[in-house]
Amino acid sequence: MNNKKIILSTKNLTKYFHEPVKFKALDSVSFEVYAGEFLTLVGKSGSGKSTLLYCLSTMDTTYEGELFIDNQKVTNQKTDELAQLRGTSIGFVFQFHYLLPEFSCLKNVMIPALKLGKYSHEEIEAKAYQKLALLGLQDQALKPASKLSGGQQQRVSIARALINDPKIIMGDEPTGNLDSKNTEIVFNIFRELSQDLGQTIIAVTHDNDFAKASDRTIELADGQIISHRKVYE
Amino acid sequence: MKAPVNVEIALTHIFTRKKQMLIAALGVTIGIALYIFSNSLMKGFTKYSRNEMFKTMPHIKVFKEDEISKPLLASANSQSLTVIRNPRMTTLSKSLVNPYALIKTIQQEKYVRNVTAQVNIDFFYSNGKTQLKGMGSGVNILEADAMFSIQSTLLAGSLQDLAHNQNAIVIGKGIAEKMNVGIDDNITVTSSRGVVKNMKIVGIFSTGNKSTDEQKAYLHTTAAQQLAKESANYATDIYVSVHNPDSSLVYAAKLQQIMPYKVEDWQTTNADILATDKIRMIMNNVVALAMMMVAAFGIYNILNMTISQKLNDIAILKAVGFSGKDIIKIFVTEALIMGVVGTLIGLGIGAILIEILSRVYIGKPIGYFPIYYNLNTFLVGGSFGLLVSLGAGYLPARKAASVDPVEIFRK
Repeated sequence: MNNKKIILSTKNLTKYFHEPVKFKALDSVSFEVYAGEFLTLVGKSGSGKSTLLYCLSTMDTTYEGELFIDNQKVTNQKTDELAQLRGTSIGFVFQFHYLLPEFSCLKNVMIPALKLGKYSHEEIEAKAYQKLALLGLQDQALKPASKLSGGQQQRVSIARALINDPKIIMGDEPTGNLDSKNTEIVFNIFRELSQDLGQTIIAVTHDNDFAKASDRTIELADGQIISHRKVYE
Repeated sequence: MKAPVNVEIALTHIFTRKKQMLIAALGVTIGIALYIFSNSLMKGFTKYSRNEMFKTMPHIKVFKEDEISKPLLASANSQSLTVIRNPRMTTLSKSLVNPYALIKTIQQEKYVRNVTAQVNIDFFYSNGKTQLKGMGSGVNILEADAMFSIQSTLLAGSLQDLAHNQNAIVIGKGIAEKMNVGIDDNITVTSSRGVVKNMKIVGIFSTGNKSTDEQKAYLHTTAAQQLAKESANYATDIYVSVHNPDSSLVYAAKLQQIMPYKVEDWQTTNADILATDKIRMIMNNVVALAMMMVAAFGIYNILNMTISQKLNDIAILKAVGFSGKDIIKIFVTEALIMGVVGTLIGLGIGAILIEILSRVYIGKPIGYFPIYYNLNTFLVGGSFGLLVSLGAGYLPARKAASVDPVEIFRK
């Protein structure tokens, strides 16, 4: 971490839930994430870690405070602009794979790139094969997404997150549904992405081993950051 | 080379739900086919009854209207008296002055197709003791034939004989049956002016209208003038046919400006029939509209179902960069595909139904089933189908676009 370029930062991020009663889920959260960092968010259930991730993801826009991604203020941008931003700069991996069941694995990986429309269909296809190969799934490319095992599906969804070479990859319990073997695979992929390709990983996790092995862990409780544990410092 | 990704997703949704989507599309099909079919039936019927009407009725008629005397003649000065009297009809003769000069004037108008003078008279037919009330039209039979296509109604005899023979008569089928006479028989005609003429039957016609067939006869103009005890320059009506009967109202107004007599178009004479036509058309369209609404509901329904099954997919699409507009496009495209498929099949089925029915022969005097269609019917039906599908797709699509992905992912 020689080059400490800030890729994402928040300023006094505060969020309330109104249902069933008004409740402060995030309380003035301010922190910075550096390019190429493998960051994990931990905390007990209800600590606000997932809520924080979805605010960072730009999908949840009902917060107070400010969010910057790649030196740009994201807060108060229009939803269409945010969708565009997600397409270009953020990849998502969830606990569930959310693959479109009617499409092949290859197509699932290609869809975000087709939407972005930066490359031709052939180029995107080649790129999708390459991403699937990175995850050891080149043989499954043409199978329908619904025919794969859980671990494989999760890897396809990671390939989908990578297709547009996003600067940031966000994960909400990306290994939550996986056995230890697949968890290790996924962890190693994340490790490689941040170390070798300089992509930033922000992942919410319950898995202590997973968190310990990351570059930095932010622990939340009651909507506030209670500790930064930095491995490299 | 490849369809845009929105269309690709829409197509995939369609192909994985072929059956349901096809059923929704068939709703549109039935609506469109029925609209086209019933619309063409209606138009065919209207056209047929118009044609029937024009067999005996001219597009425009020029005649002398009855005049009523003034009930009050005010005094011109203090010396003269004011006269009050009961108003009464003062028309002594229905004769048009110099009708053949009027015909020449009318013929010069561009929109006029045919003009013919008529000498209409009332008379009695008698054969031995039997007597029958009737009315005769003294015509130049060739001119009249051009206007009313009398030839097509002729059962026996020939119109040529009437053109050459001043003592010839062409009578309705009903008269021939009641008087028990046929071609080449003689029949006596007694006019209201007391003139008796013995005439030779050279033709028998049937218009399909019973009262016409039991009363009407065509005579030579001269014979009719003799029966009316009038000179060779006598005519009661001038009949005008125009190229476009639907604009008769306008033409009649134009003619009225150059005619000293009353000019009346068939639309004014038959305002009741036109009103009925209009109401029938409205009813037909309302039924078609209701059918289309049901069809639209089918599309709305299947899309709604698809969307609630696909909340996860919508959420992930939004996460990976699809905007609300893209989501709307995807589902509206699905609705449009169903609409296009349904509409095309509907247009085809409509055309087939019309084709089949137009080949059905239902016997004289109607002949083949009267059905009429034009491109316009198909265009209106088609665009209506697409429009309705668009609307039926947009509502659920908008709902899909407003799906909050965070809510889905956090479940």
